[in-house]
Amino acid sequence: MLEHYLGLFIRAVFIENMALTFFLGMCTFIAISKKISTAIGLGVAVTVVLTITVPVNNLIYNYLLRDGALAWAGFPEIDLSFLGLLSYIGVIAAMVQILEMFLDRFVPRLYNALGVFLPLITVNCAIMGASLFMMERDYTFIESTVFGLGAGVGWALAIAALAGVREKLQYSDVPEGLRGLGITFISVGLISMCFMSFGGIDI
Amino acid sequence: MRKLRSFMDDIAPYFEEKGRIAWLYPLYEAIDTALYTPGTVTDGASHIRDGLDLKRIMMTVWACAFIPVFAGSYFAGLHANEAMAALGIDSANNWRAVFLDVLISYDPDSYWDCLVHGLAYFMPLYIVVFVVGIAFEVWFAAKRGHEVNEGFFVTSILFTLTLPPTTPLWMAAVGITFGVVIGKEVFGGTGKNFLNPALTGRTFLYFAYPAQMSGDAVWVAVDGYTGATALGNAALGNDYGVSLINAFVGNMAGSLGETSTLAIFIAALILVAMKIASWRIMVGVLLGMVATSLLFNAIDSSNPMFTMPFWWHAVLGGFAFGTVFMATDPVSAAMTNIGRWVYGALIGVMCVLIRVVNPAFPEGMMLAILFGNLFAPLIDHFVVQANIKRRLARG
Repeated sequence: MLEHYLGLFIRAVFIENMALTFFLGMCTFIAISKKISTAIGLGVAVTVVLTITVPVNNLIYNYLLRDGALAWAGFPEIDLSFLGLLSYIGVIAAMVQILEMFLDRFVPRLYNALGVFLPLITVNCAIMGASLFMMERDYTFIESTVFGLGAGVGWALAIAALAGVREKLQYSDVPEGLRGLGITFISVGLISMCFMSFGGIDI
Repeated sequence: MRKLRSFMDDIAPYFEEKGRIAWLYPLYEAIDTALYTPGTVTDGASHIRDGLDLKRIMMTVWACAFIPVFAGSYFAGLHANEAMAALGIDSANNWRAVFLDVLISYDPDSYWDCLVHGLAYFMPLYIVVFVVGIAFEVWFAAKRGHEVNEGFFVTSILFTLTLPPTTPLWMAAVGITFGVVIGKEVFGGTGKNFLNPALTGRTFLYFAYPAQMSGDAVWVAVDGYTGATALGNAALGNDYGVSLINAFVGNMAGSLGETSTLAIFIAALILVAMKIASWRIMVGVLLGMVATSLLFNAIDSSNPMFTMPFWWHAVLGGFAFGTVFMATDPVSAAMTNIGRWVYGALIGVMCVLIRVVNPAFPEGMMLAILFGNLFAPLIDHFVVQANIKRRLARG
């Protein structure tokens, strides 16, 4: 059983990396990866949000929304799954609000460095994507916790690697037309090529 | 020699500023400085403590790479000749036959025949790679006003050595173009890139043309002769098809440069003795590989790769070649000494991991090194931060 969860975790981190395999959460991935320390801070924030929202959304889906989920309340024929997107976003937004207050109070330095991108985690597609993957793949509660954590760690690893590369690239001499976003896109492409080494692993 | 020097001096005005073909100056400069010491000297206080400059580093690596070239070519030729003898063919049956038929008699017992037959596969690849790559280098250098760097000598030969002998020439050209342009020049040239350009090009080919580049099909340079590389055999649980000593010397099928671990080992000794390649990285890779394969040996599994001992991992596939020539690339490797250990170990671990766990790729060295390149800046960052913290604490 433990092996199964370990496999799921490794798959979420490396093989199905949110940022480099699915290209989810790209806007923050590219905007906040200029400095390693900030990137790691954001990575941790995303990991926390993912680890909490995916299992919470799992509970909501299994006990309120899916076809026949309301049988415990006496409505076995009701299917509320069309409310999925709406409720997941609600949970994520609430979660991010709490995290924001927490960071403001206890880690103000990171709070200031992340700026507008902290509230924007709400609309980070990696987080929404993880919840939707959870629904699509029919994960149990524990599985979705492991998956949320793995997806977060994978995303954090990817943004930390990109930030390391970008700090190094500050000393490079990029052609004028490619400076800034252009070279970042090329770097992300090359990084994602390196992550293809995991494609095909079947755990 | 003096004639050549005066010839170079004579044509110099054409290339210098306001000369008739000034846009070709990078090409002139490259040839001039590859042949002679640059004419300029440092004025003012100098920082140089050693005669070992970038030019000499790159040229030494380039020269060392020829040890595996000759060993690899000999064995590639030997295998081709043996296969031809077995199939009863007496001519190479492709365009190479035009000059091969004249030069050699395809005798597997003759060193000369084997070496020439192997070189007949290596040289065209190398020439195409070199010409196409240098054209892009010169183009970028001319447009952007920097110099053509000796780094390309190394990139071109290492790239060629990772190719299977039967790679179509146009494919080699596409690969080196990707490696030079996207892997290096868009970042500003040698020293500015973050991935090894030779490996970037090779990986691009690997993913773009998987059928030709998969790494498990046969690489004997004769049409109609099939077999499998040792790693391909191992992944299927078959006998490796080669003895340990043959694998070490290089008497097996594989990419041009990777077959002879012995030749690579000799090159490694030279590179380490001249303090060009980092021994920390090499030892780190080796330790990471040994530890991971021991770990896999201890696990019970139906996958035959789990039981492969570390000495086999070391002699098969591109492990030795990658460790000595690719992982130690000073630009894309970690820069700090502690970082080099970590970086090396990461590559060793990843290499065995991909070989053993990933059924899609029988060979993992190339991807493992790229993965290491990717995390090298991050590793350095943490080492530097730890140093800063320690010194602050010391007061």
